[in-house]
Amino acid sequence: MQAPLFFSRTRTKIRFTEDFRLGFRHGLPIALGYIPVSFAFGLLAVKGGLPAWVATLISLTNLTSAGQFAGTNLILAGASLLEITFTTLIINLRYLLMSLSLAQKLAPDLTLVQRTMLAFGITDETFTVAALEKTEITFSYMLGLIVGPYVGWGTGTLLGGIVCTLLPPTLQNALGITLYAMFIALVLPPAKKSRSILLVVAVAALVSSILTWLPVFRFLSAGWRITIVTIIACLFGAKFFPNGSHQQ
Amino acid sequence: MGRILLAVFLMALVSYLPRVLPMIFLRKRIQSPFFQSFLSYVPYAVLGAMTFPAILYATGDTASALVGLSVALLLAFYEKGLMTVAICAVLAVYVFQFFTL
Repeated sequence: MQAPLFFSRTRTKIRFTEDFRLGFRHGLPIALGYIPVSFAFGLLAVKGGLPAWVATLISLTNLTSAGQFAGTNLILAGASLLEITFTTLIINLRYLLMSLSLAQKLAPDLTLVQRTMLAFGITDETFTVAALEKTEITFSYMLGLIVGPYVGWGTGTLLGGIVCTLLPPTLQNALGITLYAMFIALVLPPAKKSRSILLVVAVAALVSSILTWLPVFRFLSAGWRITIVTIIACLFGAKFFPNGSHQQ
Repeated sequence: MGRILLAVFLMALVSYLPRVLPMIFLRKRIQSPFFQSFLSYVPYAVLGAMTFPAILYATGDTASALVGLSVALLLAFYEKGLMTVAICAVLAVYVFQFFTL
C-alpha cells in the first residue's frame, strides 16, 4: 500500500527538478543578454543622479526593460508621481496581453498563488521563450526560466551603477543601443522562419513610425503608442494569417 | 529620497498589475480562434513597436544609431544570441563615434 505512494511522490519531485533545470537552461541566454542591458540601465540611472542601490532596487522590483527606462527618466526629470505612475503603466500595458496569452499555456493544475508568483517574472523575453515552448508550461519550468534572468538583471544593474563614473561618454552613448539590440536579437530569428511574423513586425514598425513622426499624432506618449501599434499589428496578423504565429 | 522611493514603489506596482490581473481573473482557456491567433502575435508586434523608430534616438546621434541597428540586424539574422548581438552593436556604435570626430 505504501510503495505506490512513495514512488509517485518521488516521481513528482524528479519532474519538478527536471522541469526547473530545463527552464533554467532556457533562461540562461536571456540572463546573459540582460547583463549588458541592465548594465546600461544602472549606468544611465546613476549618471542621471540616482544612487546605485536605488537603481538596483528599481530593477529588482520592476523587472521590465522599457518601462523602467521610461519611469526612471521621468524620476530624474522631476516629473510628478502621477505622470511617472501613469506613463509606466501605459508602457507596461502590453504585459496584460502577454499574461493573457501565457495564461492559456499554463498547466491547468497551477494554484492561484503559483500563478501570482510567476506573473512577476513575465518579461518580453521570458514570455517569448515560454510562448515558443511546444508543451504546457509547468510551475517549475517557469520558475527555472525566471530565476536566471532575474539575478542577471539585478546584478547587471548594480555593476552598471558602480562602474558608471569610470566609463568615457562615447562608451556610455554606445550602451544606449543595448536594449534595442536585444529586441532585434529576439525578433529576427522567428521572423526569418515565418512570413506571418515578419509581416506583423513590419506592420508594427511602420505604424509605430507613422505615429511617432506625423505631427498630428505628436500628442501620443510612448506607452499609448506601443499599445495602439500592438493592437493594430495583431489584428492584421489574426485577420490575414489566422493560423497564428505557430504556423508558416 | 522618500519621494523617489515612493515613485519606485508605484512603478513596481503598475508593472506588476498588468501581469497578474489576467492570471487571477481570466483562468479559463479562451476558445475563440481569432483571439488566440491575435494573442500569439503579441510578442512580435510589441517588439516591433518598441524598436522602431525609437532605436534611431538611442545613442544621441542618428548615424551611430543606424550603424548599431545594421550590425544588430546582421548578427541577429545569423542567430548569434542575445549577448553577442548586444555587445557587438555596442562596440560598433562606440567605434563609429571615433570616425565622426
